[in-house]
Amino acid sequence: MFQQGSIQSHLNLRDKIFSLDLIMVSCVLILGIISFFAMYSTDGGEFAYHTKSHIIRFFVFFFLFIVVSFFKTNFWYNWSIPIYIGILGLLILVKFFGLTSSGSQRWLSLYFLNLQPSELMKISLILFLAKYYHRISSTDVNRIKFLLTPIIVLIIPVVLVVTQPDLGTAFLIGAGGAVVIWLAGVKMKFFAYMAVIFFSVTPVAISFLKPYQKSRILTFLDPSRDPLGAGYQITQSKIAIGSGGLFGKGFLNGSQSYLDYLPEKHTDFIFTLFSEEFGFFGSSLVLALYILITWRIISIGNGFRDTFGKLYCYSFGTAFFIYVAVNMGMVLGLIPIVGAPLPILSYGGSSMMAMMFGLGVVMSCKIHRDQPIG
Amino acid sequence: MIRSGGESKIRLIGRRMFIISAAKAVVVFGIVGRLISLQINESKKYKTLSDKNRFREWKFSPPRGLINDYFGKEIASNKQVYQLHIIPENSENLEVLIFRLKNILNLTEREIFKIRRKISSQKPWDPVIVSDNLTWSEFSRINLFLHELQGAEPVVSVARLYTEPSSVHVIGYVSKASKKDLQTKEYLEGKIATGTRVGKTGLEHKLDSEMIGDVGYKRYEVNAYGKRIKEISIDPGKSGKNFKTTLDLDVQELASQQLEGKSGSVCVMDIYRGDIVAMVSSPVFDPNQFVHGIDQKSWDGLIKHRDKPLINKAIAGLYPPGSTIKMLAAISALENHTFNPKTAIRCKGSIELYGEKFHCWKKKGHGYMDMREGIKQSCDVYFYEVARKLGIDRLSETAKKFGLGKPVLKGLIEERSGVVPNTSWKKKNIGKNWYLGETLHAGIGQGYWQSSPLQLCLMTAQIANGGYEIKPRIILDKEGKNQFTDLDQFIEDKKMFSDDVVSLYEFITKFKYKSLFRNSENIKFVQDALFAATNEPGGTSYGSRLTKEEFIFAGKTGTSQVKRFTEEQRELEIKNEDLPYEDRDHALFVAFAPYKDPRYSISVVVEHGGSGSGSAAPIAKKVIKKVLEKHPLRDSKREQGESV
Repeated sequence: MFQQGSIQSHLNLRDKIFSLDLIMVSCVLILGIISFFAMYSTDGGEFAYHTKSHIIRFFVFFFLFIVVSFFKTNFWYNWSIPIYIGILGLLILVKFFGLTSSGSQRWLSLYFLNLQPSELMKISLILFLAKYYHRISSTDVNRIKFLLTPIIVLIIPVVLVVTQPDLGTAFLIGAGGAVVIWLAGVKMKFFAYMAVIFFSVTPVAISFLKPYQKSRILTFLDPSRDPLGAGYQITQSKIAIGSGGLFGKGFLNGSQSYLDYLPEKHTDFIFTLFSEEFGFFGSSLVLALYILITWRIISIGNGFRDTFGKLYCYSFGTAFFIYVAVNMGMVLGLIPIVGAPLPILSYGGSSMMAMMFGLGVVMSCKIHRDQPIG
Repeated sequence: MIRSGGESKIRLIGRRMFIISAAKAVVVFGIVGRLISLQINESKKYKTLSDKNRFREWKFSPPRGLINDYFGKEIASNKQVYQLHIIPENSENLEVLIFRLKNILNLTEREIFKIRRKISSQKPWDPVIVSDNLTWSEFSRINLFLHELQGAEPVVSVARLYTEPSSVHVIGYVSKASKKDLQTKEYLEGKIATGTRVGKTGLEHKLDSEMIGDVGYKRYEVNAYGKRIKEISIDPGKSGKNFKTTLDLDVQELASQQLEGKSGSVCVMDIYRGDIVAMVSSPVFDPNQFVHGIDQKSWDGLIKHRDKPLINKAIAGLYPPGSTIKMLAAISALENHTFNPKTAIRCKGSIELYGEKFHCWKKKGHGYMDMREGIKQSCDVYFYEVARKLGIDRLSETAKKFGLGKPVLKGLIEERSGVVPNTSWKKKNIGKNWYLGETLHAGIGQGYWQSSPLQLCLMTAQIANGGYEIKPRIILDKEGKNQFTDLDQFIEDKKMFSDDVVSLYEFITKFKYKSLFRNSENIKFVQDALFAATNEPGGTSYGSRLTKEEFIFAGKTGTSQVKRFTEEQRELEIKNEDLPYEDRDHALFVAFAPYKDPRYSISVVVEHGGSGSGSAAPIAKKVIKKVLEKHPLRDSKREQGESV
């Protein structure tokens, strides 16, 4: 056997383009278009900074999505560990050189964008763990020795992100990792042990933090400590969504967001704005698009022969769904406010990059579903 | 080595994925359910909340209703005023703003303190009035510096203006709503905006609920920080209702002039309709100073003034009626057949009863008197005898019938009922039995009697119109108009046929007024006696008579004692003018005019003015002349309709 190029296979470019999952691609494009309108509305009905940069990013990363999908799945399998280590390195760099904004140190300044490595960690952790469980047998899965690595690779980035502090992203990273571990077949009791350990260690860990970090985390855990912050946001978000009614107030007529009652309206609360302007039909449409994408991801996983692909698609699909559910649950007032963007719709380059990359790998699994891994 | 695949592993993953998918379905149902509940079920509630967020309302008070006189002249009107408001949240630096305003408007520390307290007590977007009545020069100075005064707003508004000081007591005044007002006056709920004034006294108080109007709203869309984004709508509110009164400003002014420098009151009433043509109290004060907040010094000046300018003496001043009660004593005695008018009594200047001496005002005595002469010359001894035979209870019954002892008008908080004494009244209020001597004093209107000038005016009116009960009014309204349809018809008929076919007086007897007599001859008798008192030599008010036929009036003087003369003072022949001011007698005069076909009654009281004939009757003479001169105009106005 001779070593083939990473992109080269028995498939040519034309074949690859034709084997793209059209449902998923069109859903992503529709969400993209919706996000343009939403962003235009947050800019107060002007074609201003957020809208422009969001549109550029969307197309750049959509291109990334397609490009990533053309790489063979085996390539991503081989590179999953270096990618993980690289992003972990970036997370550590953030600790020293990161930009601080609204009290949280999350970003690395690259010239064209402020990179948020924690967003990318969401995907790379899933990739890493999918590869890990691809390599061990089902009999080894529940042995303590083989549980150590997953726990360590999960804990390190989560702790790094918690101390930024960014509980929302840390939770989403941890949730993604936990999904892979659970799908791989680790028994329920280990999860129970982990939960017990987590809840007993957390208070001790918090006591080691600096006072300002502590207060931020405590406010996070108990929003009533900061009544004008989180409580106000939830209330205003519910008012905005509820007042949208069945058909919404109309494009650019969302008074709640237009009059600055909505916080973070172009990032975490973009769904609120959209629901206010387009009502129940608009919000159901967005939800349906996300469900469709999730369904496609899982189906692609079903179609993939090997453990790696299945595990990755199932996990990423589930994680994707969790991101959506957490964001919507948050703006609908079902769960406390944690910073969690809505995939594709929210403004933010790193989140967009991570989602497109993750979807790209899924698409690669579709295109190269019959090729062996390893 | 790498062990990939394995059927069991793939199956395990698939099984677990299935569980996750089921969990996802549950979550989707949760989210959809929440969307339905927020956007469909509770959408109305959230729309309201959203509008509450969006809109903020600023209230402003509408123009207050006007009060006009019978001829449409404004008594209480509104004028444009220049005001300065601050909206605290619009100001970048409130301290600097207050400092600048202090310099521009020369505000005192006390005013600054009040403004600060107001600012801290209300929402930052609610305007605070810095000054509600700026002069034009202050207002233009503010506008000159406006660019440096962020948060300050010059406002052109309307405020109450009283143009006619003679009517201050009957109209009353408005002022800022006090805490007590807000608690006790239910109609004020939702009617108070920045700068709203409420009626405190007089008609302003009586008609407040109708004159105050409905507040207007300016609705703005505001952002999350309360900044006004744009005006959504203006609800101008509803101006208060205008009212037309029965008053005649010309008469008011003349009466007020006559009372200048004196303390007292003048009331004029239409004897058939009960319309109050004039009701003046003296001294007057400037009600405008209450509109914008009276300063302590002026307030003290009003409160401590010897002649109590704040009191409406026409309805809140109570005096013993003095000799004016003799009309009623005569009527009561005739009605009850206790006295024959032809009975002659010799007045020797005083009589004695059980050792107590009762004096006549004329020390030498009047000599032989019958009842007509007794009234004409106001002989006290004659009426001691009338009262003695009549008894106090019968006299008080007649007095009550003719309107003494109860309020004349409705809804004027100042009005006082006075006292009509009798045996049971004394037992109840003083706890002692009645003495015959007190009956004698009551017969000449002294002692426990307390009556207001308006009550005396009503009493005279009801004698002048032939003894029929009337319901006095001061506000023209439809109800009041219907009451007189027959009367108006008669006036029409009278015009069509020759003038004196039938007199108004005779016509009246045929109609539905409730009669206060048993025999109308008794009323006629008293009218004739009053004619004599004014128009025959020897009558008490002969000196103040009018001789022109159409002006001839008939009246009765009265002097109400503030302090009883002691025997020593009588011996020394001390004159009233020699007494200290507050001990001097009140001068009273009541009359009706014209004598032939009477239309108006009048009462004049001059506090501490001495004798009725000396100081009250001359005022009445001038006022009567004016009233009668204006009568044709008033009548023609009536034909045009009384509606506002």
